[in-house]
Amino acid sequence: MATRGKKAAEKVKVLMEKTDRIRNIGIIAHIDHGKTTLTDNLLAGAGIISKELAGEQLFTDFYYLEQERGITIFAANASMVYDYKGEEHLINLIDTPGHVDFGGDVTRALRAVDGAVVVVDAVEGAMPQTETVLRQAMRENVKPVLFINKVDRMINELKVDAREMQIRLGKIIDKVNKLMQGMKKDKYEVWKLDAAKGNVAFGSALYNWAISVSTMHKTGIGFKEVFEYCKQNNMKELALKCPAYEAVLDMITEHLPNPVEAQKYRVPVIWQGDAESEIGKSMANCDRTGDVAFMVTSISVDPHAGEVATGRLFSGTVEKGTEVFISGVYKKNRIQQVGIFEGQERVEVDKVPAGNIVALVGLKDAVVGSTLSTTEMVPFESMKHYSEPVVTVALEAKSTKDLPRLIEVLRKLAKEDPMIRVEINEETGEHLVSGMGELHLEIITHRIEYDENVPIIASPPIVVYRETVEGHAGPVEGKSPNRHNKFYFEVEPLGAEVVEKIITEGIAVGKDKVLMRDKLVEAGMTKEEAKRVVNIIEGNVLVDMTKGVQYLRETMELIQEGFEDVMQKGPLAKEKCRGVKVKLMDVKLHEDSIHRGPAQVIPAVRSAILAAILLAKPTFLEPIQEVFISIPQNLLGNVTREIQGRRGQILDIKTEGDMVSLRSEAPVAEMFGFAGDIRSATEGRALWSTEFAGFKPIPQNLFGEKVMEVRRRKGMKLEMPKASEFVS
Amino acid sequence: MLTFIGLGLYDEKDITLKGLEAIRDADVVYAEFYTSPLGGKTVEKMEEVYGKRVSILERGDIEEKAEEWFLKLAKSKKVVLLSGGDAMIATTHVDLRLRAIDMGIETRIIHAPSISSAVAGLCGFQSYKFGKSATVAPPYKGGISEVPYDTIIANKERGLHTLLYLDISMHINEALKLLEMVEGKRKGEVLKKSVIVGIARAGSDKPVVKADYLDALKSYEFGELPHVLVVPGELHFMEKEALVKIAQAPEAI
Repeated sequence: MATRGKKAAEKVKVLMEKTDRIRNIGIIAHIDHGKTTLTDNLLAGAGIISKELAGEQLFTDFYYLEQERGITIFAANASMVYDYKGEEHLINLIDTPGHVDFGGDVTRALRAVDGAVVVVDAVEGAMPQTETVLRQAMRENVKPVLFINKVDRMINELKVDAREMQIRLGKIIDKVNKLMQGMKKDKYEVWKLDAAKGNVAFGSALYNWAISVSTMHKTGIGFKEVFEYCKQNNMKELALKCPAYEAVLDMITEHLPNPVEAQKYRVPVIWQGDAESEIGKSMANCDRTGDVAFMVTSISVDPHAGEVATGRLFSGTVEKGTEVFISGVYKKNRIQQVGIFEGQERVEVDKVPAGNIVALVGLKDAVVGSTLSTTEMVPFESMKHYSEPVVTVALEAKSTKDLPRLIEVLRKLAKEDPMIRVEINEETGEHLVSGMGELHLEIITHRIEYDENVPIIASPPIVVYRETVEGHAGPVEGKSPNRHNKFYFEVEPLGAEVVEKIITEGIAVGKDKVLMRDKLVEAGMTKEEAKRVVNIIEGNVLVDMTKGVQYLRETMELIQEGFEDVMQKGPLAKEKCRGVKVKLMDVKLHEDSIHRGPAQVIPAVRSAILAAILLAKPTFLEPIQEVFISIPQNLLGNVTREIQGRRGQILDIKTEGDMVSLRSEAPVAEMFGFAGDIRSATEGRALWSTEFAGFKPIPQNLFGEKVMEVRRRKGMKLEMPKASEFVS
Repeated sequence: MLTFIGLGLYDEKDITLKGLEAIRDADVVYAEFYTSPLGGKTVEKMEEVYGKRVSILERGDIEEKAEEWFLKLAKSKKVVLLSGGDAMIATTHVDLRLRAIDMGIETRIIHAPSISSAVAGLCGFQSYKFGKSATVAPPYKGGISEVPYDTIIANKERGLHTLLYLDISMHINEALKLLEMVEGKRKGEVLKKSVIVGIARAGSDKPVVKADYLDALKSYEFGELPHVLVVPGELHFMEKEALVKIAQAPEAI
């Protein structure tokens, strides 16, 4: 292993210089469709792990909790050298988690890569999360290829015949194409998946075999032969003739772009700066002689080196000793070490050119999402993740002497994982940690307690709410403290379609106002309002309906600040707002700017919007999960009871053989402990997964109770707030 | 009774005799210094000279808690509120007066010299020729207000002088830097080519009045606050002469 490692490391060092031989790719899929198993195969193909263990070792699940639970928690980097048609290629691969709680990792991984292998289970087909990860890939302009996994299960468990098998596989491809067509009209024709083109492979990662149109030409083994091998349970031989890694790595090298090709069309999507500027051109051309432009996509802690910031280098060459700007930080940081990956090992090198996935040591101020550069530049677009941290636990150190340590650990975890939010309850001194779900928080508390050795008491999980309005109010007048400035606001619901589109497509007020307007109009906003949107935050918009108010341009910044402030902390219980359309109807300002500064404008705007929300039938939205369950038919009753007992609704039931798949939705708040309960209700025979399904209004009879519950937790007065508290 | 009393330009002795009598006659004496700096005054010196206790109010006390602090009291007692300069130039107080009137409280103003008239005298300018004024405010989150610059330009187009108040803790050289940045952004050169007058500690025994071009004035040491600026428009020959003789402007202006 050691000599192999050394040789391989040398090869990686050579190949990282040959940009056209690099492929940066991610493996994405619905949970349990076999991403990590496939990754194993690819690593075995490159000789990094032994072929016997491929499929079972789950090599990239190196963290012990991942091994224990049989799931992937962290996106993992691994690089390998692959010989394709006599030319060696460097494949930088990121295996991503499938469990919905760790979806943020997928989003971040996709920023670093140019291509993605979408893995779909042949029996289950494209699942909701397949759709989610595919949408993320499309948004990042990441080109997909498809691997249909577990084809053996289709043959042996569903007992289909050879013809039926091909029809079913065709349907899976059609489904994924259809999804893609809806998400990415401009690239669809070029990126369309087609078995005949060779950008689709079929196989079984667990049994280490796969075929594609190009392997069929080489080996002569097609669907008919595969069917026979599977039927006769002779997949060992099949794996020898058609190894999975070959089909998939061939497909990757052949069909996924190298960084030079990819950056031309990816940079305009992930960076809003001026395309004609030096740095813009350098990134589009993947120019290693240009200034450094690097985006941090993950941060991990190495016991020897300390914090390691891994990410994608889009321009320039990073060298040991280079000083870089970090977006949002005023001082520069010096790069102490530069590394690339060979297998999972970080190999120290002197410098790395643009186009690679690079590990940097010494950047104390970098967080996940930071832009690093040697020239001051517009930072990369923030990485938008559809799901949001909606579950919270309150943590307390068991012993007060551990408190400083707990704060340090929480800061570190938040730096590594942007989907964690940490807040301090000033009333109780507890730390409120929000994450994506129960499992996510369980892993976090486990890590604090066992990896970091800080004994803690964790409260049971609670959900976060959003504040919204169901009616119209206004114009409500807000006066500045000096009473020389007045602001008039109306508030009304933004509309579910508009909110949905803003969140899923990450619509923001950027430099392209026309594009923003068109997208908002497409979602159902009137053109008159859409073109006047000046701020979008957390699925709320601020619309400037005023005409020709003098000095408003300078004051608008402050108005937006007041607006954002309320959207982050609404009037009911300081939860975030969502789906609120705030319209600025009129403004009366003092002549001189000193009398309409921040101390005057922000409080006036805040109080007017807070009051307007309270007058517009305010309510809570609660987070909802879609729950997908497949079970033997005779257990359907138990499962239905389990869902309905949790304020859940069954949306769809499909029967296939004696199995039933059930689609339902339930409030996240009621889903705590579901894992255990469903296991006992079905003797452990249920296969299930969940997907974040956004927010829905809370039932009216729970409204008052839930508002008070949150207010109590936050140490607020236990009274329903009134508009008169904010405006006179 | 609520009496607004101006304290005049610089120290505790700039108040008018009428103002002083009103203080001595008052039941309660409040003062605020959030709109204009103390200059040569201190609360101790004021108390000593006026022979009354003086309570300082913060911005929040006046803007948000006026009723509880003094309006209610003014219904039955003689309350005075002291401010720097002339009492009603710090615009906030108009609102206070209106609220007092609404509450049926009798109000009056006792005036004192204000910087807005003093500048004309200090520079030797004709008071008829001043246009709109503006305040140079400190940048907020990197955003610099462009209103003062626009005001200068608009006044200059009509040949008028501009009085620029500076934020309460701002020095002349800081204000000039901010104006220069706005001009740089606009790619203009009106300011660069203009003579500018800086005035420090108007009303004191040794006020500083210095006129020069922007580049030279930026590094001029004006000393302690308060500071203001005047950007002249078209100069009458008498004004020119005054600038050279009073404010050491370059002969060539």
